[in-house]
Amino acid sequence: MLPQFDLKDSQLESRIFGSRTIIAVCLVMVLLGLILMRYYALQITAYEVYRTQSERNRVQLQPLPPKRGLIYDRNGVLLADNRPSYVLSVVRERVGDLDVALSELQTLLPVSERDLENFHKKVNRSRPYEPVPLRFRLTENERALLAVNRFRLPGVVVEARLLRHYPYGELFSHALGYVGRISEEEVQALDETDYRGTFYVGKVGVEKFYEDILHGDVGYQNVESNAHGRVLRVLERFLPVTGKDLTLSLDYRVQLAAFDALGDRRGAVVAINPLSGEVLALVSTPGFDTNLFVNGISYEDYNALRDSLDVPLFNRAIQGSYPPGSTIKPFMAMAGLQSGLVTPESTVADPGWYSLPGDSHRYRDWILRIRGTGHAPLVNMKMAISESCDVYFYDLARRLTIDRMAEYLHPFGFGERTGVDTTNERAGILPSTRWKRGAMNQPWYPGETISAGIGQGYMLASPLQLAVATGVMASKGQRRIPHLVMAIDGEPLPVTSLDPLVAPAEYWDAIFDGMREVVHGRNGTAKALAQGIAYEMAGKTGTAQVIGIAQNAVYNEADVSERHRHHGLFIAFAPIEAPTIAVGIIVENGGGSSAASPIAREVIDAWLSIEPG
Amino acid sequence: MGDYVRQLPHQGSHDMARRPSMVRRVHIDVPLLLLLLLLTFYGLVVLYSASGQSAAAVIRQGSYFALGYVIMILAAQISLQRYARLAPWLYLVGLTILAAVVFVGVGAKGAQRWLEVGGFRFQPSEIMKLVVPLVVAWFLAGRALPLGLFSIGGSLILLGLPAMLIVMQPDLGTSLLIAASGLFVLFMAGLRWRYILGAVVLAAASAWPVWMYGLKDYQKQRILTMLNPDSDKLGAGWNIIQSKTAIGSGGWQGKGWLQSTQSRLDFLPESHTDFIIAVLAEEHGLQGIILLMGIYLLILLRGFWIGVHAQTSFGRMMAGSLTLTFFVYIFVNMGMVAGLLPVVGVPLPLVSAGGTSVVTLLAGFGVLMAISTESRSGAM
Repeated sequence: MLPQFDLKDSQLESRIFGSRTIIAVCLVMVLLGLILMRYYALQITAYEVYRTQSERNRVQLQPLPPKRGLIYDRNGVLLADNRPSYVLSVVRERVGDLDVALSELQTLLPVSERDLENFHKKVNRSRPYEPVPLRFRLTENERALLAVNRFRLPGVVVEARLLRHYPYGELFSHALGYVGRISEEEVQALDETDYRGTFYVGKVGVEKFYEDILHGDVGYQNVESNAHGRVLRVLERFLPVTGKDLTLSLDYRVQLAAFDALGDRRGAVVAINPLSGEVLALVSTPGFDTNLFVNGISYEDYNALRDSLDVPLFNRAIQGSYPPGSTIKPFMAMAGLQSGLVTPESTVADPGWYSLPGDSHRYRDWILRIRGTGHAPLVNMKMAISESCDVYFYDLARRLTIDRMAEYLHPFGFGERTGVDTTNERAGILPSTRWKRGAMNQPWYPGETISAGIGQGYMLASPLQLAVATGVMASKGQRRIPHLVMAIDGEPLPVTSLDPLVAPAEYWDAIFDGMREVVHGRNGTAKALAQGIAYEMAGKTGTAQVIGIAQNAVYNEADVSERHRHHGLFIAFAPIEAPTIAVGIIVENGGGSSAASPIAREVIDAWLSIEPG
Repeated sequence: MGDYVRQLPHQGSHDMARRPSMVRRVHIDVPLLLLLLLLTFYGLVVLYSASGQSAAAVIRQGSYFALGYVIMILAAQISLQRYARLAPWLYLVGLTILAAVVFVGVGAKGAQRWLEVGGFRFQPSEIMKLVVPLVVAWFLAGRALPLGLFSIGGSLILLGLPAMLIVMQPDLGTSLLIAASGLFVLFMAGLRWRYILGAVVLAAASAWPVWMYGLKDYQKQRILTMLNPDSDKLGAGWNIIQSKTAIGSGGWQGKGWLQSTQSRLDFLPESHTDFIIAVLAEEHGLQGIILLMGIYLLILLRGFWIGVHAQTSFGRMMAGSLTLTFFVYIFVNMGMVAGLLPVVGVPLPLVSAGGTSVVTLLAGFGVLMAISTESRSGAM
């Protein structure tokens, strides 16, 4: 190589390198400037956004669910409490592959289809990083197993929760109702903030009716947690407000007496205090173990309850609608007295049957089948009630007409809801020409009035309505709205009254006389109850036909299958001089009132033996 | 040309007036050293916080730095001539090891990058980050300008072979860095603009086929995630969302040293390695970013300055390439953490925890100091 060549080359190289360096420096400056702009955009322009984001990462608002209020009976017996229970929850954001995590968990402990289904529903609407419950009521073993495997189960948390527990399960099932896991539809209706962190909501009964009071107010805590969801410290805390406790007017012993007396039969008993409207017992059998529902009942259990012929989920005491049968008679008697159509002394001829003028159809008296004749040639009100004379009331009904009958029976609470403080109450039917036109678009037939006079036909009432009507009778016209809850957090609820039913004292006395004779009279239809009784009870028996019986046919209990037997009914109050309890009882397919009346004795005995005096 | 006899010990007449300083004697470029010390010190401060206040992590990283500085000083003693002479042999050895790693490693785990020699684990691909620019610079040194097709083709083969082997490891990020370090030599050597533009056009045109056939699914995923991190919030997008949150929440002032919640509460993954800049941004704010970028910029400018003042084309090309490669680290890392670039495994140079990259980078600066020494002695 020649030196000059070298030099020239070297100069050229230097020049090229110099210019390339300038370009490189420019490029470096531009690109670093670009990076700087990016950091400027993140740190200055969008500072607020990312600061908030970082704060949200760091600080989590955790709901602190309130403790649900307890439920006691009138004497302080605990009917619904909260017990600690361990819940397995999953934080969706931390488990990685959810399906893998779930199958992993299923190798450790059983997870039912229903649990999974509930879990998936909840996951979809949970907030980020919120633990979603998967399995409830972990056993000791399951908790140990989870603790041992914790290291390979990120995002799986075991939390202690308070779980509703009903110490008496079936006994108070229909009186209390129950709570259950919040369903999809309920989520829409409930206040989202207040129920954040709450698993359960009252589903039926008192638990549902008083949901707002029992639930309490949710609390919150701000916690600092790391990316793995571990809470490092609590920054601030607003404590939840515990739900209020309810004291029911129910008396455990009266409830138990009614429940035991019903035994394994289908039926219902409602006992109320006529002076206050307090419900002392509310039983519908068969019941069911309400604890099954708390965590979401299994399909098998639910199907068994739903498909049972005995319909245990059906609250006969307030949802059941039965023809009141002869238990309507004392109320009919009051209608007759008020209308002036009868007096306590006036009589009706009783050949054992009744027919409308110009009609050959014979409305038979129940006594005809037994004696072949009527109760007596002439029957007065007292005898008509005590011996349950049908003819007397056939005649009264015809003269009263159905619409006036409805008018006079209405104040006793028939045909409309009593307004009791629980769910699913039915109004029953108090028939009238208007009702029939509206409900069936048919005219009223005179013959229908006759059977309505003895509580058959269209008329339907629930055991609660019977008890309420009996209470109105017992208190001589005081009308109280029945209620199950007596006090909230020890604060007594005021008695709520409707306008009283005003009638002269002798009217009440006449009917009381008749009802006393039902139990205490020689020919009383429930005279068996008087045996060994320490107080005076007023009662009225009733029988409701389940299937129609053809003209002249004879109802033979042995011939008809169990489910076609008559319903047995009984209403009663005691003690007559100052009644403190009124009951309405039905025993489905009991055959007759004798199935129901002994229950009244048990229930009233239980109540009066508790009540001093 | 080029006779770079070390003169300092023997020929002292010029320097006798002013006694050659200690640093001069050990071939240290003082401004560069001071800047590096400042950078590594700041790195340790950030690392202490990012590692969850682990003294052990700081000590470990500190000893990597110490080792790196020793290697840097050693590298600064070697003359450029020797580097040029050694370059092809180093290249051949490196290529052999790479091939061994790739082909012997096949069937082992799929991703074999480490080689263990006498208890030391190192990535052969790291060494190639220095060797590839060396060998390309050696190849181009003394060739006529403008570069002919032979020069360009030869350079491309020299940088392409190791890049291909590293892609097979597979490690796309390192492979691209190594290819870039070689290409920078070409660029500094005066590769004509028409070739550069042609390459850019070609790269743009091949983007689609590369996307369709060249990239593995996880690589495509990274790019998609970068474009829209919210599409996979808890998966691949998590890192970017959390790092952007960390950076943004730092604001101008930052949350204060040791006050980074994103890192302390484990929201930010890789907070002490590839994503450490996010911790710095969170704790020291934009101020800290500007400080860091300032130090980096001064180092880069010093690197270019050394290049401009180098006496030989080999030195110039090496200095330019080393400086630009260093810049690529900075750009790629800061860009990826801020969500500008896809996530590739590139550490923040001399700040991220990790031994191999520290040693390689400081060794590179040693070479830079050797160039600096040459320019000073040449100027005399």
